[in-house]
Amino acid sequence: MIEVSNIEKAFDGTPVLKGISCVFETGKCNLLLGGSGTGKSVLLQCIVGLMKPDIGSITFDGTIFTNSKVDIRQEIRRKIGMLFQGSALFDSMTVAQNVEFPLQMLTPEMSPAERRDRVEFCLKRVGLEKAGDKMPAEISGGMKKRVGIARAIAPQCTYLFCDEPNSGLDPATSIKIDELIREITHEYGITTVIVTHDMNSVIEIGEHIIFLHQGLKLWDGTKDEILNAEVPELKEFIFSSSLVRAAKKVDDESEGGLAAITDNVTYGGGI
Amino acid sequence: MLKTFGTFLIFLRGMVTRTERFSVLWRRTIDEAMLIGVDSILIVSIVSAFIGAVTCVQIAYNLTNPLIPQSTIGYMVREMTILELAPTITSIVLAGKVGSSIAGGLGTMRITEQVSALEVMGINSTSYLVLPRIIAALVMFPLLVILAMALSILGGYLAGTLTGVMTAQAYIEGIRSEFIPYNILFALIKAVVFAFLVSGISSFKGYFTTGGALEVGAASTGAVTNSIIAILIADFALAALLL
Repeated sequence: MIEVSNIEKAFDGTPVLKGISCVFETGKCNLLLGGSGTGKSVLLQCIVGLMKPDIGSITFDGTIFTNSKVDIRQEIRRKIGMLFQGSALFDSMTVAQNVEFPLQMLTPEMSPAERRDRVEFCLKRVGLEKAGDKMPAEISGGMKKRVGIARAIAPQCTYLFCDEPNSGLDPATSIKIDELIREITHEYGITTVIVTHDMNSVIEIGEHIIFLHQGLKLWDGTKDEILNAEVPELKEFIFSSSLVRAAKKVDDESEGGLAAITDNVTYGGGI
Repeated sequence: MLKTFGTFLIFLRGMVTRTERFSVLWRRTIDEAMLIGVDSILIVSIVSAFIGAVTCVQIAYNLTNPLIPQSTIGYMVREMTILELAPTITSIVLAGKVGSSIAGGLGTMRITEQVSALEVMGINSTSYLVLPRIIAALVMFPLLVILAMALSILGGYLAGTLTGVMTAQAYIEGIRSEFIPYNILFALIKAVVFAFLVSGISSFKGYFTTGGALEVGAASTGAVTNSIIAILIADFALAALLL
């Protein structure tokens, strides 16, 4: 579980995060939802330690991360896996080397054979067992995301952070990535935090959703509660999506709402 | 200016605190030494050989007084090569080749979040990315300068003898006369200082790149121009201090 308490962050005197407090639950896909420029990515960067908040604290399973000694921060960071918006694969390494990299760096006690087995397992887990020898430039955007996920889970992370995992992907591929993230979260019981503005992701994997608007946390709840939330900014945000408008219509006309839509839609094809 | 210098010092300090394991640094340093050193041999060889050749021919053109022995040409080629041309010109060439490559590489890694990926993994990105580059440069620059010295003097010999401006015997006599071994040491000290300036400035420029492809290009250009200016200032300072 990750606890964020009263986080504030400003750039050149302009506040971006205004006293955000929230909890990211273990074994769930926690979504940080909001429009562009609402501070989602800044909050994520504060949580993973790429940025230092001006005020507030972040706790990982009871251990304070902010303002802790370097050793404690390093220890926590080594439990973090992150999928970046642009995948952030090392372009001078092959796919397999990318996945092996955190193992080489963080687990020197592993033998080369153990590392190879782990890489093979992770690539198989994300469905890329045959792409190990390819360079990042030779694979598609969806495959890059999957390699990013494989790299994140390779050192058996406890916390998985995903920054806009669906950006630049077609809808079918986006859903495949969402499904993979959800499966991995449940399979390993890790705490997953996903930054998104994609309502499809909310419908697909949003088990716990936190809505940010202009640096403030305005709402949190589940995907089943989101359509009936009485927050004007949230309503305006979610009903700007035609898919959600359709979902709401179904919800109004029948039982099931979002579940009725998602349960009846199947997506085929590879990524 | 002062703030940038302070940031540069903090950047250098970050590189040597919490370093990665020796085996990792060793492997990375060897990789970088190949890129900085081995891949630069051709360009350094071509530039130094031709500079030696041109120096020889031009000195011969200017020394028309029959009272000045021909061996003076060889002597002047050697002195100019060892004291100035080999360390400084080689470092300026390397500032263009290696400096832009370091800044461009790190800048691209920064804007594509590869540096952030390292940080999130708990890896000290400056230690992992920058320290091996600086160590590799500190080792490879002096070696390239020694190569440049040899090839420059050889270039002068070939130009002088093949064009007929002087005899081989006079040239060899000139390059052997009044040799001061300290000059070699001075040239190598210069090479080490220039290596640090080129690799440090270029890494700094690349590491703190923000924005997109345009900014990576700007960082590369800035790395080369700043490195060259730093080389020239350091060249004067070292000559004033050590000669």
